[in-house]
Amino acid sequence: MTVSIPRAQARVRAATTTNPRKPKSKARSIPLTIVGIIILAIMVFPVYWMVNTSLQATAGAATATWFPFSPTFAGYQAAFSQQGQNFLSSMIIALSTVVVTLAIATPAAYGLARFKMRGTRPLLLILLITQMVPTIVVANALYTLFNDVGLLNSYVGLILADSAVQVPFAILLMRAFMESLPPSLVEAALVDGAGDFRAFVSIVIPISRNAIVTAALFTFLGAWGDFLIALTLTSTDAVRPITLGIYNYIGSNVTDWGPVMATSVLASLPAAVLLLFAQKYIAAGALGGAVK
Amino acid sequence: MLSGATRWLFVTPAAIFVAVFFGYPVVKNVIMSFQDYTTKTFFTGEAPWVGFANYVSIFTSSVFTTSLINTGLFTIGSIVMQFVIGLGLALFFKRNFPLSAFLRGLLLLPWLLPLIASSAVWKWLLDQDSGALNQFLGIFGVPAVPWLVSPNLALIAVIGVNIWLGIPFNTTILYSGLQAVPTELYEAASLDGATGWKAFWHITWPSIRSVVSVVIILGVVYTLKVVDLILGLTGGGPANSTQTLATNAYHQSFINFQFGIGAAVSNVLIVVSFVFAMIYLAISRKAVDE
Repeated sequence: MTVSIPRAQARVRAATTTNPRKPKSKARSIPLTIVGIIILAIMVFPVYWMVNTSLQATAGAATATWFPFSPTFAGYQAAFSQQGQNFLSSMIIALSTVVVTLAIATPAAYGLARFKMRGTRPLLLILLITQMVPTIVVANALYTLFNDVGLLNSYVGLILADSAVQVPFAILLMRAFMESLPPSLVEAALVDGAGDFRAFVSIVIPISRNAIVTAALFTFLGAWGDFLIALTLTSTDAVRPITLGIYNYIGSNVTDWGPVMATSVLASLPAAVLLLFAQKYIAAGALGGAVK
Repeated sequence: MLSGATRWLFVTPAAIFVAVFFGYPVVKNVIMSFQDYTTKTFFTGEAPWVGFANYVSIFTSSVFTTSLINTGLFTIGSIVMQFVIGLGLALFFKRNFPLSAFLRGLLLLPWLLPLIASSAVWKWLLDQDSGALNQFLGIFGVPAVPWLVSPNLALIAVIGVNIWLGIPFNTTILYSGLQAVPTELYEAASLDGATGWKAFWHITWPSIRSVVSVVIILGVVYTLKVVDLILGLTGGGPANSTQTLATNAYHQSFINFQFGIGAAVSNVLIVVSFVFAMIYLAISRKAVDE
């Protein structure tokens, strides 16, 4: 038999009145929890293995054991001495990218959400399209541009290029939120004599705090995890984010995975910390990425 | 009170930024693809016009054909499996058991890690001699599998890792799509005897179809762009067996320093992406209009 949705909807009242929802039985859902834990264990096993190996000495023929029974921090020592500077570079690039991206994207998100001017609709379409442009295409042309203006191998160059990748997404994410703000909020301020800009700073920004935080987190993670831009727009050791440090490790024949995994753990820390302490923003951003 | 000029100030910086960092590169790539643009160009400032020579050279090279086929296999294999597993997990987590929200949250972790860190750990897991996967298979007497060093296996291994990467995103989006299906529909349907598979085909699937198309098309567009993962795991090798359009473009421009040829490959990639982008826009605009 077939069940059409309208027919099912017609039954809704009957269903909810004659058959009140039974409380879930605890005993029946315990096996589900166990299956859930097993699925998660399989999915995050690589992350476990990263941490596990980072605490072991695997140099030479030694293979990693399934648990760090005799943990050593030699891997982390090597990681810090070889990658400490790169870690700092990544931090500088990622934080600066957040500042540049928010400075450009927040007003634009508001402008696109509130002002229906000629040109905003095409701009919105262009922003959507930029999401489809492969980064390698951007890198290919930016290399020649940056070479001409002397921005290769520089923080400024990487920050600008990283921001370029992040700005469209940040705008789309924040615009979706700002569009849902009641216009009356801002209009009240405008009646009181505040200009568009004052109203934006004193009303829109505080109200949109959650959306701005979400955009900031995703911009940070994007810039922090960037590999391709750093790979293509640097040719010397002058500026070297940690992702390039990892790539240099695994590009050659690895004999000791301890330091490599220790560096990977360090590179993964921001993501793990944000997932633990800012999960609601992360989930919101993940959805925003698809809804826009 | 409200001057049009101040309003434009809100969007102008972003418009300029996008023009410089997306508009310019796309146009510049088209121009470069018709030029003999190499390292020499940086010294002499000359990039002789060569017409379609770059395109002729890529379309007649066997690496390009390999890249094109690999891109297709990589994209289709990744998308199909990510979607099927993601939907399975989304349906599973929808059953709201104790800890389900917590576990679903943790599931996002692989998606948030820097791609190159994930590549590093997978390269280690798939190591032929001492990798964890071969150690595990060894328990059952399976001889060491050359996951990343055999030209016959490397692409499958790379696709496998990319599936792992995409599962959290697919699960999260599809889960939110499932949440939007009113539970009353299921309750009413169960009165009509539609449960399990029947309920899925007649209620769940029609209700989440627009979310499904968004997930799949975004997945295709993101998968076409993948470079980090492949460079980290195999560098496109062995014997170009994991070379895709995106890694091929990288190799031409930044290993061979043939920027003109790299731009030509990039443009082929961009055309493929834009076809899917247009499908995506058509669907998302339709969704907005509805």
